[in-house]
Amino acid sequence: MTKDLSRKDKTLGEALRSQGISRRSFLKFCAATASMMALPPSMIPTIAHALEKARRPSVIWLSFQECTGCTESLTRAHTATIESLIFDSISLDYHHTLQAAAGHAAEAAREAAMEENDGQYLVVVDGSIPLGNPGYSTIAGISNYDMLIDTAKGAAAIITVGTCAAFGGIPHAKPNPTGAVSVSDIIKDKPIINVPGCPPIPVVITGVLTHFLTFGTIPDLDNLGRPKTFYGQSIHDRCYRRPFYDKGLFAETFDDEGARKGWCLYKLGCKGPTTYNACATTKWNGGVSFPIEAGHPCLGCSEPDFWDGGGFYKAISMPTENITKTAIYAAAAGAAAGIAIGATGRMKKAGARKAHQKVTIDDLEK
Amino acid sequence: MNEADLPQFNIQIGNELTWNVKPILHEIRHGLRKLLETGESSIIDLRSIPLAPGEEETIIDTLGCGEVHAKLNALGPSEIYETRFAGVWLITHFNEESSIISRFIEITVFPDILKSQSDDMTFALDLLENELDDGAESDKTELHAETNT
Amino acid sequence: MTETELLTWVRGPGFQIATIIFVLGIMLRLFEIIMLGRKANLAEAKGPEMSSGVRTIFTRTLPDASTFKRSTFTITTGYIFHIGLFVVIFLYAPHILLFKAVLGISWPALPSTVIDATAVITIITLVIVLVHRLKDPVKRFLSNFDDYLGWFVTILPLVTGYIAFHRVGMSAPALIAIHILSVELLMIVFPFTKLMHMFTLVLARWYNGAISGYRGVQS
Repeated sequence: MTKDLSRKDKTLGEALRSQGISRRSFLKFCAATASMMALPPSMIPTIAHALEKARRPSVIWLSFQECTGCTESLTRAHTATIESLIFDSISLDYHHTLQAAAGHAAEAAREAAMEENDGQYLVVVDGSIPLGNPGYSTIAGISNYDMLIDTAKGAAAIITVGTCAAFGGIPHAKPNPTGAVSVSDIIKDKPIINVPGCPPIPVVITGVLTHFLTFGTIPDLDNLGRPKTFYGQSIHDRCYRRPFYDKGLFAETFDDEGARKGWCLYKLGCKGPTTYNACATTKWNGGVSFPIEAGHPCLGCSEPDFWDGGGFYKAISMPTENITKTAIYAAAAGAAAGIAIGATGRMKKAGARKAHQKVTIDDLEK
Repeated sequence: MNEADLPQFNIQIGNELTWNVKPILHEIRHGLRKLLETGESSIIDLRSIPLAPGEEETIIDTLGCGEVHAKLNALGPSEIYETRFAGVWLITHFNEESSIISRFIEITVFPDILKSQSDDMTFALDLLENELDDGAESDKTELHAETNT
Repeated sequence: MTETELLTWVRGPGFQIATIIFVLGIMLRLFEIIMLGRKANLAEAKGPEMSSGVRTIFTRTLPDASTFKRSTFTITTGYIFHIGLFVVIFLYAPHILLFKAVLGISWPALPSTVIDATAVITIITLVIVLVHRLKDPVKRFLSNFDDYLGWFVTILPLVTGYIAFHRVGMSAPALIAIHILSVELLMIVFPFTKLMHMFTLVLARWYNGAISGYRGVQS
């Protein structure tokens, strides 16, 4: 990734103009951005004004124990023009999958970016960090842990992309053989924005970047550090199949009449009620659809430990283990104990009756 | 296996599903009244409201098509038309792969995005002046060349 | 522990522990009572025991006129919250799924809006019942820790369930975990309190009907 100093010095507005993008196109971009960030359309002029004057921040993207799905989600985004515009509006100084440089040159680029923008660069992390043995995941011989600590020192903020970086994700699932942890388990002294999802919706990733560009601040975060704009509502509260839940109309199997009619998927294990994400409104693939609309129950992929949440196809109200067996054994044990205790009581009573000696007039006269 | 044999799935269930269709139409009504009374425009972001499959189509069908239809070519196509209700405009932005990236209902006299922007006009003026000056220069050069021969 | 971990625990080991104590405790107490046996009645039987006993189990569901006149308030509020509890516990779709997982059978559900309204009525009635218990001098005199504990563990799942359904306050996984935890508390406490009346009422009604039938009187 060669540094383009000339582009970096320009504001976003100037950078776009120099690419031949008209102001009208820029306004279209701002309108789409406002919609994507779930801001009211009345804010479009504010966004336009802010983005025009924004300086391009340096972004260092660290990929740790991940499957690259988050980068794929972002780069396969269908609003390619918007995402690429945002990418052009940041200076992505380090990214394994996307950068041209390799080896020492790549590491040198990272260190140079850190030094030049000390205290002002953004760090984006995807993938969890193995603490079991630093050797499980290394880059250029540097363990993930060391690279994270080192790169985070001069960062303005850290954005964790994907459930692995935000909460540990699939490596963290039982039995967690690599000792995987999330970024917030390690970094305690920098603002962290969690953007979980497996993967996160692409517009959510860029929405957070855009918020930073537009307002220069961290967006409002919920109790798990996720931007409330995108993670403030549960899937259940925004699901278009909610009227069926309320009416008590559920699909029982994947191909029954209820499934074909598009009824609620609660009984098939939908984790919508306990999952916070933007899937039900923003949807996927440019707003085409989302898992529930396609007929599959929500996995809860933006929540911590969703892999160990008792099974994707077990409804939330169902116990995760076999209760019937337990109940039968407990009933048998209880009955046996009850009979035993009762029998003991009766034996005592019978014994006392037998041992009872009748009082005669001789005893009284004695 | 021909199409008739495939199981027919229908996820387009009714048009009363989220019951958001009527409220949006009422919001448009209020916006239009406000525009007439105070001259203030308003915008509704159709992507910000949960709509079941088929409901967005219902709203757009209800609004219909009016007298004005404009096509934009800016970072991908955009379609703007006045619906059959004057003052109510439907603006759909597509990206370069023709997927919808945003959709707005604007209640206004004339959508801002159709207006020519002053930045663009300043740039256009420079461009035009340059081209005219170059033209004048080359005319002068030709004349000069002619007189020189 | 994260919210999801807590929720997974209460749905897993937590529920196992609660079930063991609940089922074992109930069976233990019921069999203890049955093993007490009855003193042999040396008088001649004037009528059938068993049929009178079984019939009484069902006929005692409705109060007789004089009892109703004497304790109208208690009986009416009692019916309201018992029926309310039945509707909320057994006719709500997610609960029916739970029973299906344990018992293997399921039945149709009522719309969740109906359940929501019923829960509100039940909660209000339970509060009214407690206020009455505290204000009425006789009832207050007779009430002990067991009575108040029974009331508390009954209303807690209703309140936590209502909050979880409407998602007020904390986030959904935590609210649902707390609701399930409150149910597990009820299950653990159940066999050691007067809540056992849910099962012992069958024995009590049978006994009353049986001795009446033996004596040849109507029960």
